[in-house]
Amino acid sequence: MDRSLYARRRLFNTIAVTASLGATGIGLAWLAVILFGLFWQGFSGLSPKVFTEMTPPPGADGGLLNAITGSLVMTVLGVVIGTPIGLLAGTYMAEYGKHDKLSSVVRFINDILLSAPSIVVGLFIYQILVRPMGHFSALAGAVSLAVLVIPVVVRTTEDMLNLVPNTLREAAVSIGLPRSLMIRNIAYRAALSGIVTGVLLAVARVSGETAPLLFTALNNQFFSSNLNAPMASLPAVIFQFALSPYKDWQKLAWTGALIITLSVLALSIVARALAGSRKAS
Amino acid sequence: MNVASVSTPLVGHTPVDQAGLAPKITIKNLDFFYGDSKALKNINLMLYANKATAFIGPSGCGKSTLLRVLNRMYDLYPGQHATGEVTLDGENVLSSRLDLNLLRARVGMVFQKPTPFPMSIYENIAFGIRLYERLSKSEVDDRVEHSLRRAALWEEVKDKLSASGQSLSGGQQQRLCIARTVAVRPEVILFDEPCSALDPISTAKIETLIDELKEDYTIAIVTHNMQQAARVSDFTAFMYLGELIEFGDTSKIFTSPGDRRTQDYITGRFG
Repeated sequence: MDRSLYARRRLFNTIAVTASLGATGIGLAWLAVILFGLFWQGFSGLSPKVFTEMTPPPGADGGLLNAITGSLVMTVLGVVIGTPIGLLAGTYMAEYGKHDKLSSVVRFINDILLSAPSIVVGLFIYQILVRPMGHFSALAGAVSLAVLVIPVVVRTTEDMLNLVPNTLREAAVSIGLPRSLMIRNIAYRAALSGIVTGVLLAVARVSGETAPLLFTALNNQFFSSNLNAPMASLPAVIFQFALSPYKDWQKLAWTGALIITLSVLALSIVARALAGSRKAS
Repeated sequence: MNVASVSTPLVGHTPVDQAGLAPKITIKNLDFFYGDSKALKNINLMLYANKATAFIGPSGCGKSTLLRVLNRMYDLYPGQHATGEVTLDGENVLSSRLDLNLLRARVGMVFQKPTPFPMSIYENIAFGIRLYERLSKSEVDDRVEHSLRRAALWEEVKDKLSASGQSLSGGQQQRLCIARTVAVRPEVILFDEPCSALDPISTAKIETLIDELKEDYTIAIVTHNMQQAARVSDFTAFMYLGELIEFGDTSKIFTSPGDRRTQDYITGRFG
């Protein structure tokens, strides 16, 4: 036995592990700095007023109510529009057209869409919806978010259905279940927590999007529940307020950023818990 | 057949009375292809009503493939097709016009790996019943109980019918799958190595079950276990490299096989 060979391997191992730990540390450190900064700057601004009052003019008192509701409305609407489309497309690809040409083309395009810059999506909706309608609207904002939701849901639905073992499908079919019922009652049920996780991740993804909203829903200083009119959203307000020279606006922007971050964090934790419960079962 | 008989193979098997035999499934000139490769070559065979037929042979010889032709399971996958003729009570199983769901309701299947549905024990069974029959709640209840009793599982699960089917042990899950298959009231039940993932006690229970099920169903069973084939079946088919080498009375196949390869296989010289 050549001990020097072993010693060299151990030395190399030590170096590699140290380098890996260092890289992880650097990645995590930035995250910690960002989170710490957010809390430091945003936490003091958290008060009931943030959730009950409208965005103020510079120098006045106010909150983020219109932006928070706007974000909620457009995110929910975007998910409601995008999820069924993504779910159906993902189901087609995993269950019906697993090996056909259409599926591989859709899969390829979906992967591109998944990493497409969201500003391009905003411009696209601007062209097909905002310009023909003649004005910015919450609906256009929701549709642009839906376009971002679709590829995430398509991908997770397909992946999760692919994890359902074929033996389970065969068992379902073997008692005379038509394919459609097999998918609805067996495959979806087996993949449920994974699919829900995918939808939650899509929500997390779009709730922080700014670029597509700037081209579609624009922003609104006032509270609006009209889907046919511009609507405020947290990201757009943060964008506007953070760039402003006014101290109180900047403070509200920090608070808004903290609220988004905490919501996304909460969603991710729920998603992870669901995914974990899937593994456990 | 009981648990004790597990250790005493090949004993007491009387030849089947050829007179009262009625063919349930008739296979003629069957070829099967996975893409371009031929997995079954000119199979000719009959499965008799209320008899158990065992398929034995080394891995990859086409036993499971043959079973999957009988309920057209291969239809789920592109690139697989069969030619020839397979009839169930005179009806062509390979016809493209055949309703596959109805065929599979008539020809049930139990798989190698227990595959309970992701739902409660009760629902695992009631689900299939409600597919083809409009029954009241109490009728479904009765049928669930009857099926579970039939599969010798009732006593073990009667107090936890709402528990998940996946919470049962492997042997219990397999009996749940048998109960699920029986509940739909098929005419034929295909067993694809039903005991290969189970311990000896569960295996014995399932073998006993198969023996009892013969009263009401026509049974085909694929097995790697020669003793099992000898214990549960009336007829045995030996397959090798996609061909049916020998088919006949189980007692004859195991005591005086006609083909050299059959003899080599059952005496453990290959496979």
